[in-house]
Amino acid sequence: MTMKKLLSIAVLLSVTFLSSAQNKKYISAMEKNVAALDTTRDAAQLQSLANNFERIASAEKSEWLPNYYLAYCYVNMTYSTKGDPIDTYCDKAEKFINIADSISPNNSEIYTLKAQIASARISVNPMSRGQKYGTISGELREKAKQLDKTNPRPYYLEGTAFFYTPPMFGGGKDKAKPAFQKALELYESFKPASTIAPNWGKSSTQYFLQKCDEK
Amino acid sequence: MKQLFTSFLLLLITSQGIWAQTKVSGKVLDQKKQPLPGVNVYIKDTYDGTSTAADGTYSFIAADTGEVSIVCSFIGYDQLEKKVRLTGKDFSFSPSMKEALNELKVVTISAGTIEASDEKKATVLKPLDIVTTAGAQGDIVGALKTLPGAQQIGESEGLFVRGGEGSETKTIIDGMVVNKPFFSSAPDIASRGRFSPFLFKGTVFSTGGYSAQYGQGMSSVLALETQDLPDQTSSTVAVSSVGIGAGHNKLWKEKKMSVGFDFNYANLLPYFKTVKQTPEYTRAPQFTGGSLNFRKRTSPTGMLKFYGYFNLSDLGIKTLSIDSTNGFKNLFELNNRDVYTNITYKERIAEKWMLNIGASYSTNVDHIKTWNDTITSQSDMTQGRVVVSRGIGKLSIIRIGAEYQYTEDKFKLDGAKFGYSYHRNLSVFDNYSAEFVEADLYLTPKLVWRAGARGEYSTLEKEYVISPRTSVAYKLGELSQISFAYGQFYQKPDRDYLFYPRIPGYNKATHYIANIQRVDDFHTLRAEIYYKQYNNLTSTIDSTNGGYGYAQGLDIFWRDKKTVKGVDYWISYTYLETKRKYQAYPKEVTPPFAARHTASLVFKKFFEKLNLSTGFTYTYASGRPYYNPNNPDFMSDRTIDYHSLGINGAYLRQIKNCFAVLAFSVTNVIGNEQVYGYRYSYDNQRSAAVTPPAKRFFFVGLFLSFGQNRSKEVIDNNN
Repeated sequence: MTMKKLLSIAVLLSVTFLSSAQNKKYISAMEKNVAALDTTRDAAQLQSLANNFERIASAEKSEWLPNYYLAYCYVNMTYSTKGDPIDTYCDKAEKFINIADSISPNNSEIYTLKAQIASARISVNPMSRGQKYGTISGELREKAKQLDKTNPRPYYLEGTAFFYTPPMFGGGKDKAKPAFQKALELYESFKPASTIAPNWGKSSTQYFLQKCDEK
Repeated sequence: MKQLFTSFLLLLITSQGIWAQTKVSGKVLDQKKQPLPGVNVYIKDTYDGTSTAADGTYSFIAADTGEVSIVCSFIGYDQLEKKVRLTGKDFSFSPSMKEALNELKVVTISAGTIEASDEKKATVLKPLDIVTTAGAQGDIVGALKTLPGAQQIGESEGLFVRGGEGSETKTIIDGMVVNKPFFSSAPDIASRGRFSPFLFKGTVFSTGGYSAQYGQGMSSVLALETQDLPDQTSSTVAVSSVGIGAGHNKLWKEKKMSVGFDFNYANLLPYFKTVKQTPEYTRAPQFTGGSLNFRKRTSPTGMLKFYGYFNLSDLGIKTLSIDSTNGFKNLFELNNRDVYTNITYKERIAEKWMLNIGASYSTNVDHIKTWNDTITSQSDMTQGRVVVSRGIGKLSIIRIGAEYQYTEDKFKLDGAKFGYSYHRNLSVFDNYSAEFVEADLYLTPKLVWRAGARGEYSTLEKEYVISPRTSVAYKLGELSQISFAYGQFYQKPDRDYLFYPRIPGYNKATHYIANIQRVDDFHTLRAEIYYKQYNNLTSTIDSTNGGYGYAQGLDIFWRDKKTVKGVDYWISYTYLETKRKYQAYPKEVTPPFAARHTASLVFKKFFEKLNLSTGFTYTYASGRPYYNPNNPDFMSDRTIDYHSLGINGAYLRQIKNCFAVLAFSVTNVIGNEQVYGYRYSYDNQRSAAVTPPAKRFFFVGLFLSFGQNRSKEVIDNNN
């Protein structure tokens, strides 16, 4: 065995070792934070989780998931605020979801979150924004469904959109229910691609389904 | 070999960061030296970092040593990056972060400006408010009349602002002047604006001190900005108690181009048969109109727009002649033809440089017939406009522009009276050119200074004038600001004097305005005081430009969308003191179009369970002066006070992809007597009140809109 050969094997080995170590670090960091997401709705905690994801995203430039979860944190922060700050959070969420989109184009989960961001913008002023962002959100949702027919989340979003829209504007519980039912059906058979892939919304779907039956 | 392996191992281990760690700690503050919690502090491109605690402190272990970048990032603040050298020794870093500039933290010029926009925040109105204001009848000007500064003038159209006449307000669409923004009207009956409020995404109503970008309005400018591309392809159908209408707006798949048109026809004959009118209509008013728009996004930063409309209208009216004792009636028949077209193009031509160009052509012909006279009055206008703007830094901007207008007015009269015939055939044209430069200089995000000047030349007035304009605004706190404006405004004498023998020259107004306002998401409070000086007004009594006058007063506006759930209301109050000596006035007096006190209360309530939106508008104006020839004290008589209560309601319903609105409105529900002034007979023996053609106006309409995109079924309200 020549010296040269040995060296290249050593390099190869160490690179694999390094990268697998790096990968482990990535997965474990993500797992920890994604798990924390499930139990967090408080804005300050979401902010701190967003910060964690932002650091992971800064180190892992080829991964779409840290950016996806960053956007997810920011869009969820909009629900604990009112008025104009919603736009600030949405702008931030949009920035990161667009990075995720450029890393992983035509991803159903990314389009679902884009739809959610558009919906969140409506609450700044439902009267004047409803039509514009409702349309945009609806289109993104349809695209998300198209990209992955097994993804329950676009249906869940559709359900919430109907649920919060007054019947006079074509929403209401009656229309929300079938969407939630469809989502739940998909959730039953949905298998996330990995331990850190998006897997949220099932318990909320069950909660809303219950609400739909309330008088 | 062994050596190599060791060094390799060493490399591996160090890169794993077991050795030479650095503790990084400190405290992050904002500009006011207050601690900032939740800030993300980390070493760029690594996992190492943390969030600051409630007291702004942080501490973390950085694995890398050597040259690294520390990043501080937090929502609403400018990201901070600093190159440092980590050696393994404890490292302390306590930066202060700068708040990011956003629209709400930056001061805007508010003196004399009332804006309705969806895009901008902190505006007084939203475009939707214009169509949901009771008493406004879906007319832009009708809704703006509920704002402070505008007078309640019912006998002629237009916005009478702060002691100014209706003709002192210029209407502008996408930068281009609209020569005849209102339907031609019969004497003493106000007409509506020619365009639908749904066409515009932004409305700026200036009550004075406006930008050097505009000119030829001594009192006010109403600047309308047309919509960009629609959200979707849609069709509309409307059926109402006065007419029918239909429209279609097509959006191409890539969302880069749209074409829209609408057509409407109104005939008041059935309505007038049902609701008795005071004047006798020989021909009930009829309106036929259509509009066409084309929009194309030519590049990510470029937009081409065309907007055009035509209107045909016709009416005939007989009113009791005040000069006759045997029931003789005057005849007035009017046939109008009006076309307006406007094309604009906007593009970023270089980093920070924007180009706006536009051209417009319009023509308006009135055929008027009375018992004795046949009149044809035509007014054509061709205009072009170029504006180049450059951003300076993050906020400041400088605009340079030029415009040119060619107007031609023709007047033809053929008459016969007592067997003697007379003819007039007059034509006047004008080449008007203007150029302006204006800069909005942000000295700090809280302090802006606008300085501009406009030069104008008209071949008809044979005069070149330069009008300086300036304003300053300062943000007092998060929600409140003060603003001041000064400006000189020239205007060609009103068209009515175009054919008079007169000395050429502009009329002139000088404005001084001070404004204070406080705006949050749900409340708006504005107070404004102003002084306006008039000079060089047309004086027909001595055929000079020696008329003069002034106006001064106070405007107050309060809007509250929160205190009562589901209720949105606003109150506006205008105090106006004005006098002028112009036209044939023998002395300086308060003109008939100025009430001392004007107040409006606009109330809107939404009943969600009933799918019903309702509202009312109550308006009060103190009595206005009128000319009584029998009173030696000129213009000292006053009409009775004006009261008006208008109500409206809309029932909304979505049926599949059709959105339906059933709307109704009634003006002057209570039936208050409304008198705008008096007319006297030639011998001063008899007088008649100028009143609305009917006590009330009732309206019922059904509007259907069909979206062609499935997702329009939902107007998400996902909170």
